[in-house]
Amino acid sequence: MSRYIAAAAIRGANRIVKEADDLLHKALKELGPEAPIQFPNTAYYLPVILGFTGLEVSKIGDLPPVIERAKALLHPQPEGSIWLPYLGETLDCGVATLFAEEAIEGIRFAYGQQPEPMPGLQLTGTSFTSPDTEGEEAGGYVNGPIDDIQLRSWGIQLVDGRMPGFAAIIGAAKSNEAAVQIIRELQQRNILIFLSGSVNGRSIIHQLMEEGVEMGYDTYIVPFGTDTISAIYAAGFATRAALTFGGVKGGQARGMLLYNKFRCFAFALALGEVDDLKYATAAGVLNYGFPVIADTVIPQILPTGVTQYEHVISMPFDDIEGKTDAEKARRLVQHCIEVRGVKVKITEVPIPVPYGSAFEGERVRRADMRIEFGGKYSRAFEYLMMSPMDEVEDGKIEVIGPGFEDIEEGGYMDVGIVVEVAGRKMQEDFEPVLERQIHYFINGASGIQHIGQRDIAWIRLSKTAAEKGFTLKHFGEILHARFQADFGAIVDKVQVTIITEPELYAQWLEKARVAYDFRNKRLADMTDESVDTFYSCTLCQSFAPDHVCVVSPERLGLCGAYNWLDCKASFQINPTGPNQPILKGEVIDPVKGYFEGINDYAKVGSHGSVEEVAMYSAMENPMTACGCFECIMMIIPEANGFMIVSREDTSMTPAGMTFSTLAGMCGGGIQTPGVMGHGKFFIVSNKFIRADGGLKRVVWMSSFLKESMGEELKAAAEREGDPDIIDKIADERVATTVEELLPFLEEKLHPALSMPPLF
Amino acid sequence: MTNNKTIDPTIKAMLEISEAEGISTAFSRAEAMKPCPIGHKGACCGNCSMGPCRLVKEGQTGICGATIETVAARNFARMIAAGASAHSDHGRDMALTLLAAAEGEAPDYTVRDVNKLLEVAELLDVPTKDRETMEIAKDVAESALAQFGQQKGEILYLKRAPKKRQEVWRRAGIAPRGIDREVVEVMHRTHVGNDQWYESILMAGLRAALSDGWGGSMLSTDITDILFGSPVPLTAKVNMGALSEDEVNIVVHGHEPVLSEMILVAVNDPEMIEYAKSKGANGINLTGICCTANETLMRQGVPTIGNFLSQELAIVTGAIELMIVDIQCIMQALAPLSDQFHTILVTTSPKAHIEGATHVEFDEHRALEIAKEIVKMGIDNFPNRKETRIPKEVNQLVAGFSHEYINYALGGFYRGSFRPLNDAVVQGRLRGVAGVVGCNNPRTCHDASHEYITRELIKNDVLVVMTGCGAIACAKYGLLSPEAAQYAGPGLREICEAVGIPPVLHVGSCVDNTRILTTLSQMATEGGLGEDIADIPGVGFAPEWMSEKAISIGCYFVGSGVYTIFCSESPVANSPVVDRFISEGWEEQVGGKLEFIPDLEEAVRKALEHIDRKRAALGLVEYDPTRFGQSGDRLMLQFLEALEAGQPVSLYSARIP
Repeated sequence: MSRYIAAAAIRGANRIVKEADDLLHKALKELGPEAPIQFPNTAYYLPVILGFTGLEVSKIGDLPPVIERAKALLHPQPEGSIWLPYLGETLDCGVATLFAEEAIEGIRFAYGQQPEPMPGLQLTGTSFTSPDTEGEEAGGYVNGPIDDIQLRSWGIQLVDGRMPGFAAIIGAAKSNEAAVQIIRELQQRNILIFLSGSVNGRSIIHQLMEEGVEMGYDTYIVPFGTDTISAIYAAGFATRAALTFGGVKGGQARGMLLYNKFRCFAFALALGEVDDLKYATAAGVLNYGFPVIADTVIPQILPTGVTQYEHVISMPFDDIEGKTDAEKARRLVQHCIEVRGVKVKITEVPIPVPYGSAFEGERVRRADMRIEFGGKYSRAFEYLMMSPMDEVEDGKIEVIGPGFEDIEEGGYMDVGIVVEVAGRKMQEDFEPVLERQIHYFINGASGIQHIGQRDIAWIRLSKTAAEKGFTLKHFGEILHARFQADFGAIVDKVQVTIITEPELYAQWLEKARVAYDFRNKRLADMTDESVDTFYSCTLCQSFAPDHVCVVSPERLGLCGAYNWLDCKASFQINPTGPNQPILKGEVIDPVKGYFEGINDYAKVGSHGSVEEVAMYSAMENPMTACGCFECIMMIIPEANGFMIVSREDTSMTPAGMTFSTLAGMCGGGIQTPGVMGHGKFFIVSNKFIRADGGLKRVVWMSSFLKESMGEELKAAAEREGDPDIIDKIADERVATTVEELLPFLEEKLHPALSMPPLF
Repeated sequence: MTNNKTIDPTIKAMLEISEAEGISTAFSRAEAMKPCPIGHKGACCGNCSMGPCRLVKEGQTGICGATIETVAARNFARMIAAGASAHSDHGRDMALTLLAAAEGEAPDYTVRDVNKLLEVAELLDVPTKDRETMEIAKDVAESALAQFGQQKGEILYLKRAPKKRQEVWRRAGIAPRGIDREVVEVMHRTHVGNDQWYESILMAGLRAALSDGWGGSMLSTDITDILFGSPVPLTAKVNMGALSEDEVNIVVHGHEPVLSEMILVAVNDPEMIEYAKSKGANGINLTGICCTANETLMRQGVPTIGNFLSQELAIVTGAIELMIVDIQCIMQALAPLSDQFHTILVTTSPKAHIEGATHVEFDEHRALEIAKEIVKMGIDNFPNRKETRIPKEVNQLVAGFSHEYINYALGGFYRGSFRPLNDAVVQGRLRGVAGVVGCNNPRTCHDASHEYITRELIKNDVLVVMTGCGAIACAKYGLLSPEAAQYAGPGLREICEAVGIPPVLHVGSCVDNTRILTTLSQMATEGGLGEDIADIPGVGFAPEWMSEKAISIGCYFVGSGVYTIFCSESPVANSPVVDRFISEGWEEQVGGKLEFIPDLEEAVRKALEHIDRKRAALGLVEYDPTRFGQSGDRLMLQFLEALEAGQPVSLYSARIP
């Protein structure tokens, strides 16, 4: 602290706690103690309050004890010529501020005043919290708090380092130019951006709207609100990260805070004047170990300890070196990242548009489109193959055939992307692993949208990107740079050929299809029995310290992002990394999937918290989960079967819980028989809960799964000898309670009803 | 003639008055009587009636054949034993008070800090689950008392030290077995015809010292916290200007808080205040001297009017109606001196009578009643007050630090830890840490050494913790106020500004030096600064020591791994062998060493060299103050000033035209 900051923060804290107290009294009178308080789609109540105190606030009447705690944490200001120590006291006042702010937002939700209206704002991506964001007419609101679903879907990126953390921006930048550049710099580093607060009524949210910057989950920019209070949602996100992935329980405040200090790369960036409430809020987030950087003159706090590096940094914007606001903004962000102390690797991709994972989710609407490859009117394919060393020339990028210069705006053309790689450690098995990266790599370019894979790829290029000079050759530049940067351990040379010339195009498409077919068969032939090695995946241990994934050919990782081949490749790339080979060892039980080697590994890998793992059962020693699972299955005892809810499904399930609530039961590396997190493609595996009866045990499944995996499910149903089983499985459209579920199953003569009892 | 006697203007003024009025003080007596040149350097042996023998020539032995080494070592070990016995007996009395309170026999006392009780209970293996507070308190008191009489094994508090330190003690064979046993053993060893090898005598001495630091004193601190509350920072006044012209001045002096806490209750009793008014006073003003003052200062903010050498001069002000003394460091001269003024001197401890003083024996069973009786005596004496000459000087300080509070201060309720402190040392913002403790001694300029050493240390970015009379000394010169950060080096200043602390932390009375031990232990276990107290870049100082307790304290710091410097001639100077052994010999065996360095500049230089060596051993960056000092309010305040003055400044630039 500094005395100035301490005084301001303590003032701010005392004021906001009073404000919360007054608002609570008003709400108690107007809405009554029973009025529900809920942030949308979260199982963590008011998460900051839950994390710190263990109090589960679900109605107005639950808040008075919270405000009492906040009051107990308040201290008087350091005054006069002789003052008492203030660091611990200010940090406590900061926590009181967070309690007050979250209570206020909770009450505002009860009044229907959150999320905050923002006329003209259209968020990208599937925002679960803002009402009516689907469809062109929707919008008009900022995001409000991030829901559990989005948190979990970002989980894997947060844990594998692709998304290093978040920046909580409060206020408004000195100019729109600076605002945009700050955002772009953060996006290029894949840092999540949370926006809140304003200066003299103007918020960075307004600035970005004016500059046409797309905001929403897909672009990693989440607008919380235009007041400082809404910054509490950033603290809520951090708290839930610890509760979701860290195995920390509500009320374990110190564990939650230290988890964030050591594992969550986050910082607060205060743009514009810092007032008392902002100081008070900053004091709150310092408890999480997050430093605070301001672009104005404020006192600095450079000693470390509560945070890993400096606590408070002042970088007056005009004093930053640079000719333009954009240059200054770039340096500002660079310094922020240094202060938080994480090295963010940026791959320099020589293309004329910004590049970074934050642009992966960008959509190119038809109206903004310069040209598309694939889709309805044309075809695009991508094919990666391994070639002998002397046949590949590293860095060679060739475009064979015409470019898109002559195609009319909004038009289309056929394109084939052929990537040839060579490397001493490259194996044929890695071809599909690397090929799937093309999607992510190309999507990282701002103004380029990539969907699909293989010969159903669909790429759109925006007018803006084309205006900036993006050409077909740049696809090659991206792929060369990224394969070298990310997979340099197995590929030495990368050569890219972009084909638009029709005859050659047809030839290569044919070749590619033969290869796709070959790979399909090979993958289908690969079973758990056909290999002697499975792989561990401890990628999430940075977040969920006791969780271990075991990935086998027939059981992919629960996040859906890592299958057996991915793990094998990853081990090649980094032999001491998170994916280690585990010898299966002696088969103890082939049906339940007990293996000596796996059990031994689980004991060590989970630091003793898991003794045994049954690979093919959800009822007996099921595999643990970190928190980033795609699906959760849970036993429905009345139906003698299981339900499977997907991350995308926000509806109520027959288990009486939503995905979010269920997730709280099976995350954090804990074994809970009858509940299991898993990847969605595990459902169609031949080993899917084999010990419990396989696919025929599934009595309910989110319709999203049925629709998104239609073909695969059909094939699995035939394999299981019950081709119509999918139709016999209920979904949220027919049943959200057991009472609704049972008659449906009886009517459809679901096989689970006549199977042996699960217990 | 007073110029080189003190740096405190109030003492100067009082000495001038004393001189003019022919009043004898420790200052004047010190001038009249030089220290015995034989005893002074440990050359005299009076342990049997064959002597006393004085060994003043090289190779000379006593009648029994005891060598210069043996005699010096025995004398020194007996100083340790006496000091340790004083602290530990004080601790025993605290435990007995807790026991009486727990058994309901001392109704005026209770458990004020339940958390501390639970913490101590765990350390003393007392079960706490589902038990009443007083039940636990009784067991804690009994377990603590058992530590004094324990004969075998190890005293329980040793486990509070870092693991590596415990191993050092065991390896050297100096882990104390029981508190009293080690003191008795030193007395036995040093009896005529017993242990006659200086090394084993001094190692036994070290063990007795450890039984004080990690035994009697530490129990005393903990139990005092349990009974009267663990200190938290507060502000208070210091120096004689805190005496009142129109109120009844009652001064507590000595070392125990048991009675003084009750006196504080009594002086705040409205009936007593009314009674004082009935005697023409405007109220009652309670102040303190020495470590009783420190106890009431740390917990209640009672003003302190001075340290050890102020005790006589306070009476010379003519403003003190009554001075209550308990134990330790009370000059017998107070009795004849108070006869020259209207001041009543009241002795209260059955262990500390003074001929000519009024004795009101303290009994914890009727503590408040006795306290009121004494206060009433003081009030009754007010009408006898004659001319007063109260000096004007008064300063302010922040006191009340403990390792528990420091832990809180560095991270708040949820994030409390020593991490920021360790980080600061690791990064070199703090070059190191130092404990500066101890007495006053009229053989050197009063307060000057405390002030000089402390000022030099903070200037060199060494965070200083203080206790006892040293703390009072530096408080008088403003070093214990947060504004003193301006005198600190750039790194220390940043830490002070970040936490809101003064560069010099007051951690209590001399018995509370154990707070420094627990703080150092916590630093060693926090990580980044090695695994042992001896690894920490830190030093101990006793610049103006005079009592045997100081020797015991110094030795338990050495035994805990700390380089400790006493700024005087060595009391074992007669034997260069022994002098070297307590330095190099002890360092080899326990990692800490004791040195007597009268030259203050040399003392500071050696301390800083030692700190830098410890930094290097830990592989820490070299200390470089030029890298620090960029944080704090300074720039912001300049900016705001410019803004106020209407200068064209912008929030977006720190440049002020």
